[in-house]
Formats: sequence, structure tokens, C-alpha cells
Amino acid sequence: MDYGVAGTALASGILFGYVLEQAGFGSPCKLTAQFRLTDWSVFKVMFTAILVASLGILLLQSGNYFGSTGFFVPTTFFWATAVGAALIGAGFAVGGYCPGTSVVGFMSGRIDGLVFMLGMVLGILVFASIFNAPITQSILHTAQISAKTIPQWLGVSPWIVWGAMVVMAIAGFWLGRMMEQRSHGVLTADDIVESIDPTLDSAKQGSAVDGNLGEGSVPLVRGV
Amino acid sequence: MSGSSPACSQVRPLWPPLVAGLVLGLVLILTFVLVGNGVGASGTFASIAAWLGLQVAPAVTQSNGYLGPMVANGANPFASWIVVEVIGVAIGALLAAVSAGRFKIKVDVGAGKIGVIPRLLLALVGGLLAGLGSRFAAGCTSGVGLSGTAMLGMAGFIFLIVFFVVGLAVSALMRRVW
Repeated sequence: MDYGVAGTALASGILFGYVLEQAGFGSPCKLTAQFRLTDWSVFKVMFTAILVASLGILLLQSGNYFGSTGFFVPTTFFWATAVGAALIGAGFAVGGYCPGTSVVGFMSGRIDGLVFMLGMVLGILVFASIFNAPITQSILHTAQISAKTIPQWLGVSPWIVWGAMVVMAIAGFWLGRMMEQRSHGVLTADDIVESIDPTLDSAKQGSAVDGNLGEGSVPLVRGV
Repeated sequence: MSGSSPACSQVRPLWPPLVAGLVLGLVLILTFVLVGNGVGASGTFASIAAWLGLQVAPAVTQSNGYLGPMVANGANPFASWIVVEVIGVAIGALLAAVSAGRFKIKVDVGAGKIGVIPRLLLALVGGLLAGLGSRFAAGCTSGVGLSGTAMLGMAGFIFLIVFFVVGLAVSALMRRVW
């Protein structure tokens, strides 16, 4: 790794972390609200970023920017990707973060973000200890998919795939907006800092959030 | 939205999702052009695991099928673009949180349905699952889900579909937490 690569990786990382925090993705409550379907920010941010980035990459490719061979797209093994995604999805729902956003959570002051990061190191050590097991090796190396990209797999122009993704995004944004309005669940900057869940009755939470990290915000159960 | 936010809050509003997504997409293009690959995160934790293994049990780490190649011939596991990238993510997130008045040291228990200790245990377990998963998928939500899908790669789409379906299902079991 030369200094040029290090410098650009650092700059790219700073921008990436800055945007994630500005989107509110340091908050495990906002992140998991996507899976409760009350705040669709994760879907909206990710899908918009994917549409913008894939458009840019398609334009650069058609201008032959990356050369005739294009750029490196890794070979996909179905089960490795599916098992990994399932574990990361479960870890996200349980722990409130994914790997990148746990860094953002920790750097905005959340101790639980640091603990999630420690958990990841443990999880990777578990992976290392089961790496040579036959089950691990067969998950990692079977069901190789010969097509590297969706357009190759479907045998259509990448522009058709991109257009289909735009249609999916618009449908998702519309559905998300409807569900957000019904649940009143979009977490604002104040909500994520003061630990307020807007889907709960705000009158009951009111004074409960200061002092004890919001412990008392379920007053009916604990009789506070 | 919540109605309980103080009128004179020092906390700056979040960026609207479409604005954040647009800027994130541009950052991703810039990264592809300058670094030659997309953004990522989980690889850094593999480097930390390899370094930790080397400190605690060098012989076991060097002979391990997964960690061994990362530390072979005295290689420094931290000499990788993804480690530098994640240091950048940390700096960028800190800059944003502090400048917007959103930096606050706490254990984030959401709306407080659970206590601090259960929250930290769940964070540890969630991290463990995500760390394990990231090695099977050779990346995480950033590396495979975001960057892979931006290249219209097969892995990116498979990742995002399975990630959302399993996340929705497990989240339904976590209603007492968040």
C-alpha cells in the first residue's frame, strides 16, 4: 500500500463516516427502525446511493474509463454470501448496528458501539477457529455463480437493470413514506441524541429520558 | 416529529435521506475512481483479530487457515487500505457528530425498554454474529451490500435481499428491546 492509496482511502473514509453520521446512522434505534418499518431512512439512503453510484459507474464504463476489462467484480458463491448476509442481518437486529455503523455509533459517543466492535473481533476469531471445518469450507466454496453481475445473469443491458432499480426505488420510497406517516416513526436528530422513540406516546416519555438513560420511559410497567 | 424537542435545541437536524444518499453515492463513485474499489468496513476487524491473535497465541495464529495468511512472513495485518478507510470513517463520524451537536457519551438503550447491561450484552452478541457473518460473505453491508450492488454484482443483490429478510424476521423477535 503506497501513500497515494492510503491518502485516498483516508479521504474516502472521512467522507463516508461524515455522511453516515449526518444521515443519523450512528443511532441503533434509527437503524433498527428500518426493520420495524417505522423509519425508512436506511432503505432511502442506501437505495439512492446505489442508484447514483451505479449510474456514475455505468457512465464511466461506457466512456471506457476503467479500460476494456472493466474493474474487478468478485466471484460469488451463493451460500457464502447468503449465510454471511443472514448472520449480519441477525446481528443488526440484535445488536443495533452493522460493522460500519458501529464505528459511527462509537465515534458519536455510544459505548454500545464499541462493545459491538469487540463482538465483531470475537466473531471473526470464532470464524478462524471453524475455518477448516468441512461445513465451513463447503459453505465458502460451493454453489459458485458463473455470472458476476445481474446484467450478465439475465443477459440484458445494464441500463435495463438500472431502470428496473429506479422503478423499485420509487415503489419503495412510496411504500416507506406511507408506513412512516402511519407510524409517525421517523427519528429526528433530537430523538437520537435524547433517546426518544417517536412511535411511543411522547407524553408518557416526556421527563423520563434524563438521568437514567431513559430507564423510566415504560412507566406503566415499572410504576415510576 | 416527536413534539417533545426543545425549541432552542443545540442539535442540528439530520440530512434528509435523499440528500445523504446522493452524497454517499458521489463518495462511492469517487472511491471507485481513486482507490479502485468501493467502501468497506469489516475487513478492518479481521485485521484487528489477526493482530490480537498474534499477541496472545502467535503459533496458533500463524498456523490458522484463515488468520495465518494475514500475518505470514512478518506481514503487518494493519497495512491495508481498509484499515486506513475505517480510521477515516471514525474521523468523519466524529467531525459530523461534534459539529452538529450530536456527540453524547452514553449507552444507547433506545427508548429505554431494557437496561444498560442487557443492552451491552446484546451489542456484544450482535457484533459476534455480524463479525462471523462478515467473513462468510467476505464483506458487510458497506463492502458487499452497498459497493457490490453499485457494480450491479450478483453478491450485492443476494446480500441485500437476505440481509433485509432475516433482519425483518429477527427484529420481530426483538420488540421488547427497541
